[in-house]
Amino acid sequence: MKLSLGPLLYYWPKQTTEDFYQQAMSSDADIIYLGETVCSKRRELKARDWINLAKELNHQGKEIVLSSMALLEAPSEIKVLKQLCENGAMSVEANDIGGIQLLSEKKVPFVCGPAINCYNAHTLKLFVNKGMHRWVMPVELSRDWLQKALTDAEKIGIRGHFEVEVFAHGHLPLAYSARCFTARSENKAKDDCELCCIKYPQGRATSTQEGQQVFVLNGIQTQSGYCYNLLNDIESMTGLVDVARVSPSSMDSLTTLHQFKQRILGAEQYVKHDNLQCNGYWHQIAGLSLQG
Amino acid sequence: MELLCPAGSLPALKTAIDCGADAVYVGLKDDTNARHFVGLNFNDKKLAKGAQYVRDHNKHLHVAINTFAHPGEEKRWFNAVDKCVDLGANAAIIADIATLDYAANKYPDLELHLSVQASATNTAAIDFYQQNFNVKRVVLPRVLSLHQVKQLARNTSIDLEVFAFGSLCIMAEGRCYLSSYFTGESPNTVGACSPAKYVRWQETEKGLESRLNDILIDRYQANEKAGYPTLCKGKFTVDSIDNEEKILYHALEEPTSLNTLSILPELFMANVKSVKIEGRQRSPAYVEQITKVWRAAIDNYKQSPADYKVKADWNAVLANVSEGSQTTLGAYHRDWQ
Repeated sequence: MKLSLGPLLYYWPKQTTEDFYQQAMSSDADIIYLGETVCSKRRELKARDWINLAKELNHQGKEIVLSSMALLEAPSEIKVLKQLCENGAMSVEANDIGGIQLLSEKKVPFVCGPAINCYNAHTLKLFVNKGMHRWVMPVELSRDWLQKALTDAEKIGIRGHFEVEVFAHGHLPLAYSARCFTARSENKAKDDCELCCIKYPQGRATSTQEGQQVFVLNGIQTQSGYCYNLLNDIESMTGLVDVARVSPSSMDSLTTLHQFKQRILGAEQYVKHDNLQCNGYWHQIAGLSLQG
Repeated sequence: MELLCPAGSLPALKTAIDCGADAVYVGLKDDTNARHFVGLNFNDKKLAKGAQYVRDHNKHLHVAINTFAHPGEEKRWFNAVDKCVDLGANAAIIADIATLDYAANKYPDLELHLSVQASATNTAAIDFYQQNFNVKRVVLPRVLSLHQVKQLARNTSIDLEVFAFGSLCIMAEGRCYLSSYFTGESPNTVGACSPAKYVRWQETEKGLESRLNDILIDRYQANEKAGYPTLCKGKFTVDSIDNEEKILYHALEEPTSLNTLSILPELFMANVKSVKIEGRQRSPAYVEQITKVWRAAIDNYKQSPADYKVKADWNAVLANVSEGSQTTLGAYHRDWQ
């Protein structure tokens, strides 16, 4: 099983971002996803900067993939997407069907990202025919669901045509809205947000009236309140999953990658999770639950 | 412009047609549609009757098959398409790519509408569905501003359907997993958001509490009107970075309904083909009131576009059947965002 570092979902200053990726180059990640997937107003690194960073890091022993936006509404956002598709060197992670359309038109191989509704082998087949070489399963799906989809994929003769990646660590991206919840939390209108999400490098934790942390607000994206963690589930992923994804939250994510690496290499150590972690989706129960 | 009304039951369907709907949309009694609630929707017998009623009145019937086919169980979704054709329905509203592919190949004459659950918000995504499955119409997610709807209308040849009234989904539909995060069940997988079987009401010293799978969604004082605990409409606190006092508020969205009566002229001018009323889970009485108001508004505009004005009694009727008795233009208006 390979390890990937998913796209940075938060908004960090340019220097912090670049430092993070310099460090990430010596981490245990086999694949690194680069790019803005949440909000087109975040321009500490513009599309051109991400492409340049990707080119700089490419051919240094890691596979580099450019990630694209999940919610595409404006023609200007499609333009940026086209720019990524025309990078000429690297694969692109599509997070909207519009991305798959543009990438298949240009015959650029692509990763089907977790924000695309791909729930069965028939859909996978159609995407394979369009150029998909890796599928990141929607975060709400379970091991059982994955197994069934892959059994079907085997039957229709496409299992060998793509890799399977599973979101394995980090706050899960659960929803995308027209509304910016971070701006709203500061009583600002979205059009006048002053890019305030840069003040919250790990989003804003949101809790019930009983203090249970249920969401993390990250701009227009709503994340799980708990951190998803499949470290203790590596064994049940083996043979089904080709790539485990760690979603960046801070430099600590590089340590997390190392823990996953050790586990994949056979370290049998069970890690006790604290009560702000969960793995429910993988076990086909409420996402916020923790099993084992 | 077509007025498309919800029908969760045969009485609601008849009411919608009698009150002036041009078309109604329905779902089967299983998890192939996104309002898979107990006691709702149509079995084969009721569906045949409903289809006949619609035909007798020269109106249109759309069948929603708008959840995502489970691996190994695709047959259920494909059968729903077969049923839709056997009934002589005018259109199938589909979200799942496997189901679209099946429908487009097996029934090239069946009119396909792209469900809002497919979450197509841009021209490239629309091109994908048009080119691959010959989709005729797209139902736009409630995340687009009016400006963006107009832009899409100018830049694509597909027919556009927009939500005109009803409960407001504030996330891009089909791409929200909050419900399964709380309960294990989501609109995409089981056809329900914040399913009723997980809801619990409890009188406590602190007030009336609503819970979803035991998670506290809201707490109401005696003078407050309690609403269904749709999880994105609860009250929450947000952590602060500078130890300010935490404020309790609707961190995502207030309980409110979408109401676009005031922008009806602009929807006409953008050449929007159909306005959709949300609410297959609502009663025939709701369907009656909403359908009458919207019929009147559309006829009023058509009669004399320059004189169109939202009447106070229309809004009064709509407010009465709205969540939290309030309405909003939602994402159509930039300020809301």
